[in-house]
Amino acid sequence: MEVLNRRTLEEKLFKILMVGSLCIVIGSLVVIFGLVVINGASSLSIEMITQTPRPSTPGSPPGGGILNAIVGSILLALPATGLASLIGIGIALFLQSDFLHPRYSDIIRFMLDVLWGIPSIIYGIFCLMIMISIGMSSSILVGMIALTMLEIPIITRSMDEAIKMVPIGLKEGAYSLGSTKIETAFRVIRRQAFPGILAGILLGLGRGIGDAASILFTAGFSNRLPTSLFDSTATLPTMIYNLYSTPLGQSKAFAAAFILLMIVLIVSVLSRLLTRRFKKHIIK
Amino acid sequence: MNARKWRDLIGTKTLLIITLFISSLFFLIFILLLSRSLLVLESHSIIEVLFSSVWNPDAGQFGLAAIIVDTILVTGFALLIAIPISLLSAIYIVEYAPRKIRKAIRPFIDILAGVPSVVYGLCAFLFLAPFVQNVIAPFFGVQSTGLCIFSAAFILSIMVFPIIISLCIESFDAIPLSLKEASLSVGATKWETVKKVVFRASAPSIIAAILLGFGRAFGETIAVNMVIGGTIRFPSSLFNPGETLASLIASKYGELMSIPVHESALMLVALILFIVVFLFYLLGFLTLRRAKKRWKY
Repeated sequence: MEVLNRRTLEEKLFKILMVGSLCIVIGSLVVIFGLVVINGASSLSIEMITQTPRPSTPGSPPGGGILNAIVGSILLALPATGLASLIGIGIALFLQSDFLHPRYSDIIRFMLDVLWGIPSIIYGIFCLMIMISIGMSSSILVGMIALTMLEIPIITRSMDEAIKMVPIGLKEGAYSLGSTKIETAFRVIRRQAFPGILAGILLGLGRGIGDAASILFTAGFSNRLPTSLFDSTATLPTMIYNLYSTPLGQSKAFAAAFILLMIVLIVSVLSRLLTRRFKKHIIK
Repeated sequence: MNARKWRDLIGTKTLLIITLFISSLFFLIFILLLSRSLLVLESHSIIEVLFSSVWNPDAGQFGLAAIIVDTILVTGFALLIAIPISLLSAIYIVEYAPRKIRKAIRPFIDILAGVPSVVYGLCAFLFLAPFVQNVIAPFFGVQSTGLCIFSAAFILSIMVFPIIISLCIESFDAIPLSLKEASLSVGATKWETVKKVVFRASAPSIIAAILLGFGRAFGETIAVNMVIGGTIRFPSSLFNPGETLASLIASKYGELMSIPVHESALMLVALILFIVVFLFYLLGFLTLRRAKKRWKY
Protein backbone atom coordinates (compact mmCIF):
# COMPACT_ATOMS: atom_id res chain seq x y z
CA MET A 1 0.00 0.00 0.00
CA GLU A 2 2.88 2.28 0.93
CA VAL A 3 4.47 1.81 -2.50
CA LEU A 4 1.22 2.45 -4.30
CA ASN A 5 0.76 5.66 -2.39
CA ARG A 6 4.15 6.92 -3.35
CA ARG A 7 3.43 6.13 -6.99
CA THR A 8 0.09 7.83 -7.08
CA LEU A 9 1.63 10.76 -5.24
CA GLU A 10 4.29 11.06 -7.93
CA GLU A 11 1.59 10.87 -10.58
CA LYS A 12 -0.34 13.67 -8.91
CA LEU A 13 2.73 15.80 -8.34
CA PHE A 14 3.73 15.65 -11.97
CA LYS A 15 0.23 16.28 -13.14
CA ILE A 16 0.23 19.50 -11.12
CA LEU A 17 3.63 20.41 -12.55
CA MET A 18 2.33 19.80 -16.09
CA VAL A 19 -0.75 21.90 -15.63
CA GLY A 20 1.46 24.54 -14.05
CA SER A 21 3.85 24.64 -17.01
CA LEU A 22 1.03 24.76 -19.49
CA CYS A 23 -0.41 27.68 -17.54
CA ILE A 24 2.97 29.44 -17.75
CA VAL A 25 3.07 28.93 -21.52
CA ILE A 26 -0.49 30.06 -22.17
CA GLY A 27 -0.12 32.76 -19.51
CA SER A 28 2.90 34.30 -21.18
CA LEU A 29 0.98 34.51 -24.44
CA VAL A 30 -1.97 36.10 -22.68
CA VAL A 31 0.28 38.58 -20.86
CA ILE A 32 2.03 39.65 -24.06
CA PHE A 33 -1.24 40.00 -25.93
CA GLY A 34 -2.77 41.85 -23.01
CA LEU A 35 0.10 44.31 -22.74
CA VAL A 36 0.18 45.04 -26.46
CA VAL A 37 -3.58 45.28 -26.86
CA ILE A 38 -4.12 47.50 -23.81
CA ASN A 39 -1.25 49.84 -24.58
CA GLY A 40 -1.66 49.66 -28.33
CA ALA A 41 -5.39 50.24 -28.45
CA SER A 42 -5.10 53.31 -26.26
CA SER A 43 -2.44 54.87 -28.48
CA LEU A 44 -4.19 53.96 -31.70
CA SER A 45 -6.04 56.79 -33.37
CA ILE A 46 -7.04 57.97 -36.83
CA GLU A 47 -4.02 60.25 -36.83
CA MET A 48 -1.77 57.33 -36.01
CA ILE A 49 -2.68 55.33 -39.10
CA THR A 50 -3.19 58.13 -41.59
CA GLN A 51 -0.16 60.34 -41.01
CA THR A 52 3.58 60.06 -41.24
CA PRO A 53 5.71 60.95 -38.22
CA ARG A 54 6.19 64.63 -37.52
CA PRO A 55 9.57 65.36 -35.95
CA SER A 56 9.52 67.37 -32.76
CA THR A 57 9.88 71.09 -33.15
CA PRO A 58 10.82 73.35 -30.26
CA GLY A 59 7.76 73.66 -28.08
CA SER A 60 5.77 70.73 -29.39
CA PRO A 61 6.39 66.99 -28.90
CA PRO A 62 6.82 64.74 -31.91
CA GLY A 63 3.48 63.74 -33.32
CA GLY A 64 1.97 62.29 -36.42
CA GLY A 65 1.49 58.61 -37.03
CA ILE A 66 3.02 55.50 -38.44
CA LEU A 67 1.51 55.43 -41.91
CA ASN A 68 4.96 55.17 -43.49
CA ALA A 69 5.68 52.03 -41.48
CA ILE A 70 2.38 50.42 -42.43
CA VAL A 71 2.92 51.19 -46.10
CA GLY A 72 6.55 50.06 -45.89
CA SER A 73 5.64 46.76 -44.29
CA ILE A 74 3.03 46.03 -46.94
CA LEU A 75 5.35 47.05 -49.76
CA LEU A 76 8.09 44.79 -48.47
CA ALA A 77 6.24 41.76 -47.20
CA LEU A 78 3.63 41.19 -49.90
CA PRO A 79 5.93 41.14 -52.94
CA ALA A 80 8.56 39.20 -50.98
CA THR A 81 5.98 36.58 -50.03
CA GLY A 82 4.71 36.38 -53.59
CA LEU A 83 8.18 35.92 -54.99
CA ALA A 84 9.18 33.45 -52.30
CA SER A 85 5.99 31.45 -52.88
CA LEU A 86 6.65 31.22 -56.61
CA ILE A 87 10.18 29.99 -56.05
CA GLY A 88 9.14 27.88 -53.08
CA ILE A 89 6.44 25.93 -54.87
CA GLY A 90 8.83 25.13 -57.68
CA ILE A 91 11.44 23.77 -55.32
CA ALA A 92 8.89 21.95 -53.16
CA LEU A 93 7.46 20.13 -56.18
CA PHE A 94 10.93 19.38 -57.48
CA LEU A 95 12.03 17.85 -54.17
CA GLN A 96 9.56 14.99 -54.54
CA SER A 97 10.78 11.60 -55.63
CA ASP A 98 9.20 12.06 -59.07
CA PHE A 99 11.97 14.46 -60.00
CA LEU A 100 14.86 13.92 -57.66
CA HIS A 101 16.41 10.93 -55.98
CA PRO A 102 15.65 11.04 -52.24
CA ARG A 103 19.36 10.95 -51.56
CA TYR A 104 19.76 14.41 -53.09
CA SER A 105 16.47 15.85 -51.96
CA ASP A 106 17.25 14.96 -48.35
CA ILE A 107 20.46 16.97 -48.57
CA ILE A 108 18.60 19.93 -50.06
CA ARG A 109 15.92 19.64 -47.39
CA PHE A 110 18.60 19.73 -44.75
CA MET A 111 20.19 22.81 -46.29
CA LEU A 112 16.82 24.52 -46.41
CA ASP A 113 16.31 23.66 -42.75
CA VAL A 114 19.61 25.27 -41.88
CA LEU A 115 18.71 28.31 -43.97
CA TRP A 116 15.44 28.45 -42.00
CA GLY A 117 17.40 28.29 -38.79
CA ILE A 118 20.18 30.80 -39.34
CA PRO A 119 19.57 34.14 -37.66
CA SER A 120 17.77 36.54 -39.96
CA ILE A 121 20.40 39.19 -39.32
CA ILE A 122 22.73 37.11 -41.48
CA TYR A 123 20.39 37.56 -44.44
CA GLY A 124 20.41 41.24 -43.62
CA ILE A 125 24.16 41.66 -43.74
CA PHE A 126 24.50 39.26 -46.67
CA CYS A 127 22.20 41.43 -48.78
CA LEU A 128 23.87 44.54 -47.44
CA MET A 129 27.28 43.30 -48.55
CA ILE A 130 26.03 42.57 -52.04
CA MET A 131 24.14 45.85 -52.09
CA ILE A 132 27.22 47.88 -51.21
CA SER A 133 29.45 46.03 -53.63
CA ILE A 134 27.15 46.86 -56.54
CA GLY A 135 26.79 50.44 -55.39
CA MET A 136 23.20 50.53 -54.18
CA SER A 137 21.98 52.08 -50.98
CA SER A 138 19.40 50.73 -48.57
CA SER A 139 16.05 50.63 -50.29
CA ILE A 140 12.76 48.81 -50.58
CA LEU A 141 14.21 46.64 -53.32
CA VAL A 142 17.11 45.34 -51.23
CA GLY A 143 14.88 44.84 -48.21
CA MET A 144 12.48 42.90 -50.39
CA ILE A 145 15.26 40.63 -51.59
CA ALA A 146 16.44 40.03 -48.02
CA LEU A 147 12.90 39.15 -46.95
CA THR A 148 12.44 36.87 -49.95
CA MET A 149 15.60 35.00 -49.03
CA LEU A 150 14.38 34.72 -45.47
CA GLU A 151 10.98 33.41 -46.52
CA ILE A 152 12.03 30.92 -49.20
CA PRO A 153 13.19 28.17 -46.82
CA ILE A 154 10.15 28.63 -44.57
CA ILE A 155 7.65 28.49 -47.40
CA THR A 156 9.45 25.73 -49.29
CA ARG A 157 9.79 23.42 -46.33
CA SER A 158 6.20 23.74 -45.21
CA MET A 159 4.90 23.26 -48.77
CA ASP A 160 7.21 20.30 -49.11
CA GLU A 161 5.78 18.66 -46.00
CA ALA A 162 2.27 19.12 -47.40
CA ILE A 163 3.17 17.81 -50.84
CA LYS A 164 4.83 14.73 -49.33
CA MET A 165 1.42 13.74 -47.98
CA VAL A 166 -0.18 13.51 -51.42
CA PRO A 167 -1.20 9.85 -51.85
CA ILE A 168 0.97 7.96 -54.31
CA GLY A 169 -2.10 6.49 -56.00
CA LEU A 170 -3.13 9.92 -57.18
CA LYS A 171 0.20 10.47 -58.89
CA GLU A 172 0.13 6.99 -60.36
CA GLY A 173 -3.35 7.66 -61.69
CA ALA A 174 -2.14 10.79 -63.42
CA TYR A 175 0.94 9.10 -64.84
CA SER A 176 -1.04 6.11 -66.08
CA LEU A 177 -3.26 8.46 -68.06
CA GLY A 178 -0.17 9.69 -69.83
CA SER A 179 0.57 12.99 -68.05
CA THR A 180 4.10 14.23 -68.00
CA LYS A 181 5.88 14.93 -64.72
CA ILE A 182 5.35 18.66 -64.96
CA GLU A 183 1.65 18.25 -65.74
CA THR A 184 1.23 15.89 -62.82
CA ALA A 185 3.14 18.19 -60.50
CA PHE A 186 1.38 21.41 -61.41
CA ARG A 187 -2.13 20.15 -62.17
CA VAL A 188 -2.64 17.20 -59.86
CA ILE A 189 -0.22 17.39 -56.96
CA ARG A 190 -0.47 21.13 -56.60
CA ARG A 191 -4.24 20.96 -56.46
CA GLN A 192 -4.28 18.13 -53.96
CA ALA A 193 -1.75 19.81 -51.67
CA PHE A 194 -3.33 23.25 -52.03
CA PRO A 195 -4.41 23.67 -48.37
CA GLY A 196 -0.87 22.91 -47.22
CA ILE A 197 0.62 25.19 -49.85
CA LEU A 198 -1.63 28.01 -48.74
CA ALA A 199 -0.71 27.43 -45.11
CA GLY A 200 2.96 27.59 -46.11
CA ILE A 201 2.50 30.90 -47.91
CA LEU A 202 0.68 32.43 -44.96
CA LEU A 203 3.32 31.14 -42.55
CA GLY A 204 5.95 32.84 -44.65
CA LEU A 205 3.95 36.06 -44.77
CA GLY A 206 3.58 36.05 -40.99
CA ARG A 207 7.30 35.55 -40.49
CA GLY A 208 8.29 38.05 -43.14
CA ILE A 209 6.12 40.88 -41.96
CA GLY A 210 7.35 40.56 -38.38
CA ASP A 211 11.05 40.22 -39.01
CA ALA A 212 13.15 43.22 -38.11
CA ALA A 213 16.73 41.95 -38.19
CA SER A 214 16.90 41.22 -41.91
CA ILE A 215 15.57 44.61 -42.99
CA LEU A 216 17.19 46.70 -40.28
CA PHE A 217 20.04 47.70 -42.58
CA THR A 218 18.70 46.71 -45.97
CA ALA A 219 15.48 48.71 -46.02
CA GLY A 220 16.89 51.56 -43.98
CA PHE A 221 14.63 54.00 -42.25
CA SER A 222 12.74 57.05 -43.37
CA ASN A 223 10.03 59.23 -41.95
CA ARG A 224 8.43 59.82 -45.32
CA LEU A 225 6.30 57.68 -47.54
CA PRO A 226 8.42 55.87 -50.11
CA THR A 227 7.93 57.04 -53.68
CA SER A 228 10.00 54.50 -55.59
CA LEU A 229 11.61 51.09 -55.24
CA PHE A 230 14.93 52.73 -54.48
CA ASP A 231 13.75 54.76 -51.51
CA SER A 232 14.49 53.55 -48.03
CA THR A 233 11.45 53.00 -45.89
CA ALA A 234 10.36 52.33 -42.34
CA THR A 235 8.44 49.17 -41.57
CA LEU A 236 6.38 48.21 -38.54
CA PRO A 237 9.14 46.12 -36.91
CA THR A 238 11.94 48.60 -37.60
CA MET A 239 9.67 51.42 -36.39
CA ILE A 240 9.27 49.62 -33.08
CA TYR A 241 12.99 48.96 -32.92
CA ASN A 242 13.81 52.61 -33.54
CA LEU A 243 11.32 54.03 -31.09
CA TYR A 244 11.11 51.65 -28.16
CA SER A 245 13.67 53.33 -25.95
CA THR A 246 12.43 56.91 -26.25
CA PRO A 247 9.55 57.73 -23.90
CA LEU A 248 7.90 59.93 -26.53
CA GLY A 249 8.05 57.24 -29.15
CA GLN A 250 6.58 54.47 -27.06
CA SER A 251 2.98 55.17 -27.96
CA LYS A 252 3.90 54.85 -31.63
CA ALA A 253 5.87 51.69 -30.91
CA PHE A 254 2.87 50.19 -29.19
CA ALA A 255 0.52 51.22 -31.97
CA ALA A 256 2.89 49.55 -34.43
CA ALA A 257 3.15 46.45 -32.23
CA PHE A 258 -0.63 46.30 -31.98
CA ILE A 259 -1.06 46.46 -35.75
CA LEU A 260 1.69 43.93 -36.25
CA LEU A 261 0.18 41.54 -33.74
CA MET A 262 -3.24 41.88 -35.34
CA ILE A 263 -1.76 41.13 -38.76
CA VAL A 264 -0.02 38.04 -37.39
CA LEU A 265 -3.22 36.96 -35.67
CA ILE A 266 -5.36 37.50 -38.76
CA VAL A 267 -2.87 35.64 -40.94
CA SER A 268 -2.88 32.74 -38.50
CA VAL A 269 -6.68 32.57 -38.26
CA LEU A 270 -7.01 33.00 -42.01
CA SER A 271 -4.61 30.14 -42.55
CA ARG A 272 -6.76 27.86 -40.39
CA LEU A 273 -10.02 28.90 -42.01
CA LEU A 274 -8.78 28.68 -45.58
CA THR A 275 -7.07 25.37 -44.97
CA ARG A 276 -10.30 23.94 -43.63
CA ARG A 277 -12.28 25.41 -46.50
CA PHE A 278 -10.04 24.07 -49.22
CA LYS A 279 -9.67 20.69 -47.57
CA LYS A 280 -13.18 19.99 -48.79
CA HIS A 281 -11.99 19.91 -52.37
CA ILE A 282 -9.16 17.45 -52.05
CA ILE A 283 -9.39 13.75 -52.69
CA LYS A 284 -9.08 11.71 -49.56
CA MET B 1 2.54 15.42 -78.14
CA ASN B 2 5.89 16.88 -78.92
CA ALA B 3 4.96 20.21 -77.47
CA ARG B 4 4.00 18.55 -74.21
CA LYS B 5 7.30 16.74 -74.03
CA TRP B 6 9.17 19.96 -74.68
CA ARG B 7 7.19 21.71 -71.99
CA ASP B 8 8.00 18.90 -69.60
CA LEU B 9 11.68 19.09 -70.39
CA ILE B 10 11.87 22.86 -70.08
CA GLY B 11 9.80 22.84 -66.90
CA THR B 12 11.95 20.19 -65.27
CA LYS B 13 15.16 21.97 -66.14
CA THR B 14 13.81 25.28 -64.85
CA LEU B 15 12.88 23.69 -61.56
CA LEU B 16 16.30 22.08 -61.37
CA ILE B 17 18.01 25.41 -61.92
CA ILE B 18 15.89 27.18 -59.31
CA THR B 19 16.52 24.43 -56.79
CA LEU B 20 20.25 24.44 -57.42
CA PHE B 21 20.34 28.21 -57.21
CA ILE B 22 18.58 28.35 -53.85
CA SER B 23 20.66 25.49 -52.47
CA SER B 24 23.78 27.28 -53.57
CA LEU B 25 22.64 30.22 -51.43
CA PHE B 26 23.71 28.12 -48.50
CA PHE B 27 27.28 27.94 -49.77
CA LEU B 28 27.19 31.47 -51.12
CA ILE B 29 26.42 32.92 -47.70
CA PHE B 30 29.11 30.81 -46.10
CA ILE B 31 31.75 31.72 -48.67
CA LEU B 32 30.94 35.42 -48.60
CA LEU B 33 31.03 35.57 -44.81
CA LEU B 34 34.29 33.63 -44.79
CA SER B 35 35.96 35.77 -47.42
CA ARG B 36 34.89 38.95 -45.67
CA SER B 37 36.12 37.82 -42.29
CA LEU B 38 39.56 36.85 -43.62
CA LEU B 39 40.67 40.46 -43.35
CA VAL B 40 40.48 40.52 -39.58
CA LEU B 41 41.99 37.06 -39.34
CA GLU B 42 45.05 38.27 -41.22
CA SER B 43 46.07 40.57 -38.40
CA HIS B 44 44.55 38.65 -35.49
CA SER B 45 44.79 34.93 -34.95
CA ILE B 46 41.51 33.11 -34.43
CA ILE B 47 42.69 32.10 -30.93
CA GLU B 48 43.26 35.73 -30.03
CA VAL B 49 39.84 36.74 -31.29
CA LEU B 50 38.03 33.94 -29.50
CA PHE B 51 39.83 34.12 -26.16
CA SER B 52 40.62 37.76 -25.66
CA SER B 53 37.96 39.74 -23.89
CA VAL B 54 38.95 43.22 -25.03
CA TRP B 55 36.54 44.56 -27.63
CA ASN B 56 37.86 47.91 -28.69
CA PRO B 57 37.57 48.36 -32.43
CA ASP B 58 39.19 51.78 -32.40
CA ALA B 59 42.36 50.28 -30.94
CA GLY B 60 42.11 47.35 -33.32
CA GLN B 61 41.16 44.84 -30.63
CA PHE B 62 38.37 42.44 -31.42
CA GLY B 63 38.26 40.02 -28.50
CA LEU B 64 35.01 38.08 -28.43
CA ALA B 65 35.47 36.07 -25.24
CA ALA B 66 33.17 38.18 -23.07
CA ILE B 67 30.51 38.16 -25.77
CA ILE B 68 30.76 34.42 -26.22
CA VAL B 69 30.42 33.89 -22.47
CA ASP B 70 27.35 36.14 -22.45
CA THR B 71 25.87 34.28 -25.40
CA ILE B 72 26.34 30.94 -23.69
CA LEU B 73 24.88 32.28 -20.45
CA VAL B 74 21.82 33.76 -22.13
CA THR B 75 21.16 30.74 -24.32
CA GLY B 76 21.86 28.22 -21.59
CA PHE B 77 19.73 29.95 -19.02
CA ALA B 78 16.89 30.39 -21.51
CA LEU B 79 16.96 26.69 -22.33
CA LEU B 80 17.17 25.80 -18.64
CA ILE B 81 13.83 27.53 -18.16
CA ALA B 82 12.31 26.45 -21.44
CA ILE B 83 13.13 22.75 -21.60
CA PRO B 84 11.29 21.44 -18.50
CA ILE B 85 8.30 23.71 -19.00
CA SER B 86 7.98 22.83 -22.70
CA LEU B 87 8.40 19.10 -22.13
CA LEU B 88 5.83 18.98 -19.35
CA SER B 89 3.38 21.06 -21.36
CA ALA B 90 3.82 18.88 -24.42
CA ILE B 91 3.28 15.72 -22.39
CA TYR B 92 0.18 17.18 -20.82
CA ILE B 93 -1.21 18.20 -24.19
CA VAL B 94 -0.60 14.78 -25.75
CA GLU B 95 -1.26 12.35 -22.91
CA TYR B 96 -3.45 13.99 -20.32
CA ALA B 97 -5.51 16.82 -21.77
CA PRO B 98 -9.07 16.10 -22.84
CA ARG B 99 -9.54 16.18 -26.59
CA LYS B 100 -11.30 19.54 -26.44
CA ILE B 101 -8.51 21.33 -24.59
CA ARG B 102 -5.99 19.67 -26.86
CA LYS B 103 -7.64 21.01 -29.97
CA ALA B 104 -8.01 24.47 -28.44
CA ILE B 105 -4.38 24.72 -27.36
CA ARG B 106 -2.70 24.05 -30.71
CA PRO B 107 -3.65 27.43 -32.23
CA PHE B 108 -2.29 29.19 -29.13
CA ILE B 109 1.07 27.50 -29.55
CA ASP B 110 1.13 28.44 -33.24
CA ILE B 111 0.33 32.06 -32.47
CA LEU B 112 2.98 32.15 -29.77
CA ALA B 113 5.43 30.97 -32.42
CA GLY B 114 4.28 33.66 -34.82
CA VAL B 115 4.57 36.69 -32.55
CA PRO B 116 7.36 38.83 -34.02
CA SER B 117 10.49 38.98 -31.90
CA VAL B 118 10.40 42.75 -31.86
CA VAL B 119 7.07 42.58 -30.03
CA TYR B 120 8.59 40.27 -27.42
CA GLY B 121 11.43 42.74 -27.12
CA LEU B 122 9.10 45.70 -26.66
CA CYS B 123 7.14 43.98 -23.90
CA ALA B 124 10.33 42.82 -22.22
CA PHE B 125 11.88 46.28 -22.36
CA LEU B 126 8.90 48.13 -20.97
CA PHE B 127 7.53 45.62 -18.45
CA LEU B 128 9.96 42.81 -17.72
CA ALA B 129 13.02 45.03 -17.28
CA PRO B 130 11.43 47.32 -14.64
CA PHE B 131 10.08 44.21 -12.92
CA VAL B 132 13.55 42.70 -12.81
CA GLN B 133 14.99 45.99 -11.62
CA ASN B 134 12.49 46.55 -8.82
CA VAL B 135 11.49 43.08 -7.70
CA ILE B 136 13.67 40.21 -8.87
CA ALA B 137 17.14 41.74 -8.55
CA PRO B 138 16.50 43.17 -5.04
CA PHE B 139 15.11 39.75 -4.10
CA PHE B 140 18.53 38.29 -4.83
CA GLY B 141 20.19 41.26 -3.20
CA VAL B 142 21.71 42.74 -6.35
CA GLN B 143 21.43 46.09 -8.04
CA SER B 144 20.39 45.99 -11.65
CA THR B 145 18.99 48.29 -14.27
CA GLY B 146 16.77 45.49 -15.47
CA LEU B 147 18.51 45.49 -18.83
CA CYS B 148 20.54 42.39 -18.15
CA ILE B 149 21.35 38.83 -19.09
CA PHE B 150 18.54 37.50 -16.93
CA SER B 151 15.86 39.55 -18.72
CA ALA B 152 17.19 38.49 -22.12
CA ALA B 153 17.24 34.84 -21.11
CA PHE B 154 13.76 35.07 -19.66
CA ILE B 155 12.15 36.56 -22.76
CA LEU B 156 14.15 34.16 -24.91
CA SER B 157 12.78 31.17 -23.04
CA ILE B 158 9.24 32.29 -23.86
CA MET B 159 10.23 32.51 -27.52
CA VAL B 160 11.62 28.98 -27.45
CA PHE B 161 8.52 27.41 -25.83
CA PRO B 162 6.48 27.00 -29.02
CA ILE B 163 9.36 25.46 -30.99
CA ILE B 164 10.13 22.73 -28.47
CA ILE B 165 6.46 22.15 -27.64
CA SER B 166 5.26 21.70 -31.21
CA LEU B 167 8.14 19.42 -32.17
CA CYS B 168 7.66 17.34 -29.02
CA ILE B 169 3.93 17.05 -29.59
CA GLU B 170 4.66 15.72 -33.04
CA SER B 171 7.06 13.08 -31.79
CA PHE B 172 4.90 12.03 -28.83
CA ASP B 173 2.01 11.59 -31.23
CA ALA B 174 4.08 9.30 -33.40
CA ILE B 175 4.69 6.73 -30.66
CA PRO B 176 2.65 3.61 -31.38
CA LEU B 177 -0.27 3.12 -29.04
CA SER B 178 0.68 -0.52 -28.44
CA LEU B 179 3.92 0.56 -26.78
CA LYS B 180 2.04 2.64 -24.24
CA GLU B 181 -0.66 0.02 -23.79
CA ALA B 182 1.93 -2.61 -23.00
CA SER B 183 3.31 -0.46 -20.22
CA LEU B 184 -0.11 0.44 -18.84
CA SER B 185 -1.27 -3.16 -18.93
CA VAL B 186 1.50 -4.34 -16.61
CA GLY B 187 0.31 -1.87 -14.03
CA ALA B 188 2.42 1.21 -14.61
CA THR B 189 0.78 4.51 -13.80
CA LYS B 190 0.36 7.02 -16.57
CA TRP B 191 3.31 9.09 -15.43
CA GLU B 192 5.50 6.01 -15.18
CA THR B 193 4.53 5.14 -18.73
CA VAL B 194 5.42 8.64 -19.82
CA LYS B 195 8.72 8.57 -17.97
CA LYS B 196 9.86 5.12 -18.98
CA VAL B 197 8.22 4.60 -22.37
CA VAL B 198 7.24 7.87 -24.00
CA PHE B 199 10.33 9.85 -23.04
CA ARG B 200 12.65 7.00 -23.88
CA ALA B 201 11.05 6.16 -27.20
CA SER B 202 11.04 9.77 -28.33
CA ALA B 203 14.38 10.74 -26.81
CA PRO B 204 16.03 11.43 -30.17
CA SER B 205 13.19 13.72 -31.27
CA ILE B 206 13.29 15.50 -27.93
CA ILE B 207 17.01 16.06 -28.36
CA ALA B 208 16.45 17.30 -31.90
CA ALA B 209 13.73 19.66 -30.66
CA ILE B 210 16.05 21.03 -28.00
CA LEU B 211 18.81 21.53 -30.55
CA LEU B 212 16.44 23.47 -32.81
CA GLY B 213 15.32 25.52 -29.82
CA PHE B 214 18.95 26.19 -29.09
CA GLY B 215 19.46 27.38 -32.65
CA ARG B 216 16.61 29.82 -32.31
CA ALA B 217 17.74 31.12 -28.95
CA PHE B 218 21.34 31.36 -30.05
CA GLY B 219 20.58 33.43 -33.11
CA GLU B 220 17.82 35.62 -31.75
CA THR B 221 18.87 39.16 -32.44
CA ILE B 222 16.32 41.87 -31.98
CA ALA B 223 14.54 40.86 -28.79
CA VAL B 224 17.84 40.17 -27.04
CA ASN B 225 19.32 43.37 -28.35
CA MET B 226 16.48 45.38 -26.84
CA VAL B 227 16.85 44.08 -23.29
CA ILE B 228 20.41 42.95 -22.77
CA GLY B 229 21.93 46.37 -22.21
CA GLY B 230 24.82 46.19 -24.67
CA THR B 231 27.88 46.14 -22.43
CA ILE B 232 30.91 44.16 -23.47
CA ARG B 233 32.79 42.80 -20.46
CA PHE B 234 32.81 39.67 -18.41
CA PRO B 235 29.56 39.44 -16.44
CA SER B 236 29.83 38.93 -12.71
CA SER B 237 26.20 37.94 -12.28
CA LEU B 238 23.10 37.20 -14.30
CA PHE B 239 21.85 40.69 -13.52
CA ASN B 240 24.71 42.39 -15.33
CA PRO B 241 24.21 43.84 -18.77
CA GLY B 242 25.92 41.98 -21.58
CA GLU B 243 25.94 41.45 -25.32
CA THR B 244 25.41 38.35 -27.42
CA LEU B 245 26.96 37.55 -30.77
CA ALA B 246 23.81 38.17 -32.77
CA SER B 247 22.83 41.31 -30.91
CA LEU B 248 26.37 42.66 -31.33
CA ILE B 249 25.88 42.70 -35.10
CA ALA B 250 22.59 44.55 -34.80
CA SER B 251 23.93 47.18 -32.45
CA LYS B 252 27.33 47.76 -34.01
CA TYR B 253 26.91 47.20 -37.73
CA GLY B 254 25.64 50.68 -38.46
CA GLU B 255 28.66 52.41 -36.94
CA LEU B 256 31.32 49.90 -37.90
CA MET B 257 30.53 49.15 -41.50
CA SER B 258 32.51 52.09 -42.86
CA ILE B 259 35.91 50.73 -41.80
CA PRO B 260 36.86 47.45 -43.53
CA VAL B 261 38.60 45.83 -40.55
CA HIS B 262 35.70 46.61 -38.22
CA GLU B 263 33.23 45.30 -40.73
CA SER B 264 35.33 42.22 -41.17
CA ALA B 265 35.26 41.55 -37.41
CA LEU B 266 31.46 41.62 -37.48
CA MET B 267 31.49 39.31 -40.49
CA LEU B 268 33.53 36.90 -38.41
CA VAL B 269 30.84 37.08 -35.74
CA ALA B 270 28.21 36.31 -38.36
CA LEU B 271 30.33 33.44 -39.62
CA ILE B 272 30.54 32.02 -36.09
CA LEU B 273 26.75 32.26 -35.80
CA PHE B 274 26.30 30.50 -39.13
CA ILE B 275 28.71 27.69 -38.28
CA VAL B 276 27.29 27.08 -34.80
CA VAL B 277 23.70 27.01 -36.04
CA PHE B 278 24.75 24.69 -38.87
CA LEU B 279 26.51 22.32 -36.46
CA PHE B 280 23.52 22.16 -34.15
CA TYR B 281 21.15 21.46 -37.01
CA LEU B 282 23.52 18.81 -38.30
CA LEU B 283 23.60 17.22 -34.86
CA GLY B 284 19.81 17.26 -34.69
CA PHE B 285 19.53 15.83 -38.19
CA LEU B 286 21.96 12.99 -37.46
CA THR B 287 20.28 12.15 -34.14
CA LEU B 288 16.92 11.90 -35.87
CA ARG B 289 18.25 9.84 -38.74
CA ARG B 290 19.97 7.37 -36.46
CA ALA B 291 16.86 7.07 -34.37
CA LYS B 292 14.75 6.43 -37.44
CA LYS B 293 17.03 3.61 -38.49
CA ARG B 294 16.99 2.06 -35.04
CA TRP B 295 13.34 2.44 -34.17
CA LYS B 296 11.17 1.58 -37.09
CA TYR B 297 8.41 4.09 -36.51
